Amino acid sequence: MTGQSRPNRLLRNLSAKIASIPMVLTALCVFVGGTIWTVVYSFTDSRLLPRLRFVGLDQYERLWRTPRWLISIENLAIFGTLSLIFSLAIGFLLAALLDQKIRFENTFRTIFLYPFALSFIVTGLVWQWLLNPDFGVQGLVRSWGWESFTFDPLYNQDIVIYGILIAALWQGTGLVMCIMLAGLRGIDEDIWKAARVDGIPMWKTYLFIVIPMMRPVFITALVLIASGIVRVYDLVVAQTGGGPGISSEVPAKYVYNMMFEAQNLGQGFAASTMMLLSVLIVLIPWAYLEFGGRKRHG
Amino acid sequence: MRYGLLTAAFALSSALHASAYAAELEVTHWWTSGGEAAAVAEFAKAFDASGHKWIDGAVGGGGPTARTVFVSRLTGGDPMGATQFNHGRQAEELVEAGLMRDLTDIATEDKWLEVINPPTLLDGCTVDGKIYCVPINIHSWQWLWLSHKAFEDVGLPVPKNWDEFVAAAPKLREAGKLPLALGSQPWQSAGLFQVLMASLGGPEIFNKVYGDKDAEAAAGEEIKRVFAAAGDAREMAKGSNVQDWNQATNLVITGQAGGQVMGDWAQGDFQVAGQVAGKDYSCLPGLGVNEVIATGGDAFYFPVLKDEEKSKAQIDLARLMLSPEVQVAFNLKKGSLPVRGDIDLNAANDCMKKGLEILAAGKTVPAPEQLLSQDTITQINDLMVEFFSSEMSEADAQTRFADIIAGAD
Repeated sequence: MTGQSRPNRLLRNLSAKIASIPMVLTALCVFVGGTIWTVVYSFTDSRLLPRLRFVGLDQYERLWRTPRWLISIENLAIFGTLSLIFSLAIGFLLAALLDQKIRFENTFRTIFLYPFALSFIVTGLVWQWLLNPDFGVQGLVRSWGWESFTFDPLYNQDIVIYGILIAALWQGTGLVMCIMLAGLRGIDEDIWKAARVDGIPMWKTYLFIVIPMMRPVFITALVLIASGIVRVYDLVVAQTGGGPGISSEVPAKYVYNMMFEAQNLGQGFAASTMMLLSVLIVLIPWAYLEFGGRKRHG
Repeated sequence: MRYGLLTAAFALSSALHASAYAAELEVTHWWTSGGEAAAVAEFAKAFDASGHKWIDGAVGGGGPTARTVFVSRLTGGDPMGATQFNHGRQAEELVEAGLMRDLTDIATEDKWLEVINPPTLLDGCTVDGKIYCVPINIHSWQWLWLSHKAFEDVGLPVPKNWDEFVAAAPKLREAGKLPLALGSQPWQSAGLFQVLMASLGGPEIFNKVYGDKDAEAAAGEEIKRVFAAAGDAREMAKGSNVQDWNQATNLVITGQAGGQVMGDWAQGDFQVAGQVAGKDYSCLPGLGVNEVIATGGDAFYFPVLKDEEKSKAQIDLARLMLSPEVQVAFNLKKGSLPVRGDIDLNAANDCMKKGLEILAAGKTVPAPEQLLSQDTITQINDLMVEFFSSEMSEADAQTRFADIIAGAD
């Protein structure tokens, strides 16, 4: 490959590049343009309708003084960290188990992936009922005779976010599992044979050989999970409505409430700019490592 | 559920726009409980009888949710024929943006300034000297509804004021009843708080804090008493697991709860349940302490439409809503007070008569919606939700309340 002279990069697949121009323009105008517009207006005192009257950092100062926003951030941090760890761990574990050439693999795969076909609203409602102390899990266990059994995360301020986490994991791990399974199937059979010849135990093979080889798969899963975390909104609305009190508020919900219910666009824009900023803080170093690194190899 | 209603409303509205009959007018509002629906049906009946067609655009989920839908439809260029708002500052910016129709001509022609009582109601509809909405009723929050059955069951007399009610709470609790029913939606705990403000604090302090945005008064002794009462209310409402206000009212109707602090719209539901004021339930305006009522209420705004037929129908509807017959029919069903001082309300029940007397005596305060921006109201709502669902101390809550008032507009 290296010996061949490569044509000009820019002219390669010219027709494909021309065909993607509309999408490029859309992305630039709608996404980038909209983002810049939002950031600019977050420095104004826009109320119900946007207006250009600049107030400096006032909106941000107020944002970081608002307890509801601080609780939202804290919830997102807990929810994000745990859902990232558990989605990857459970997803990989399920995939590894399914990869043992078991019977009825198709059936199991379908069962695990099925929740992903449901919307967050449906998921939220289902789990709202399952976690309802009178009708759900707690009621069931109590009816079996364990009278003092308590499991009511949605009605307890301190653990309500874990109740939402359970529903999110139930919904999301199936997809992660499928991606992981595809990754596992992509590992060459010979690698397994070589590991077996060397007498390496199976768990070590997974941990030190297979997982490092599956790096691209993990990154795909990571991006999917992370984007789901930042925009978590509908699940909370369906499951708890932010309650009890304001203990399960999330940033996306704060943005929505500020923009539409409190008729304070400026505040909503400031909050969404902070969300964008937090995504960028995670994304930029990663993109630098990922794409900056590859160029040197190429 | 909320989403279901929203999508249903959107689907409905888009379906309606496809078929454009000349004098069909879509009217959006958030009246969905039994008493409310019966009241709005009176409007629809009268409007249909006038040869036009009323297309009902009810949006469930309570005022804040519904207003979100209205505002996004208006700013998104899909105006309805007429829409409900609370008169005050909720639609202020929509009016300033020129989205609402100027009704000044009709108002002068029909002498609204003379017939509408109290005249301050029209202030809420006026922006830069022009009138943009039709106030249709007066709604006051300052009512304590008490279930006679609940108090009979525990062998106590029905309380005459807030303090007696608080004193009776432990007995109710012992008997396995909920002393105070309170729905968990934010606006309900916020409403409860502003009732305590107007009733226990009194009109003077209410105007000082909400009207003049006096942060010092908000941190003062009078408000301290209000927060202490809010603490009592929080204690009494513990174990209240309902969401909507009418579910809470139902607890009072069935005697499972001692009482509820709720606006006069609750009366419609007592009526639908066949209860009689003074016999099955009691109502205490101003919590029996300070007999004042706030003159908030509902108003209809008419968005600017291009269709001439529809614009004409809008005027017909505006006139109809203020006509004496419709005012009586609507307000009797709704349990609210009419906006005209010149009509006969003999059919009113005890509670409404009490309200009319207070109104005639001029013991009123403006509604917070008229004094504060929606933004400030949301901040107060958030604080109250947090207060009522946590163990936050009264002093902390008051400090934060004073902060909000200091930055209020």
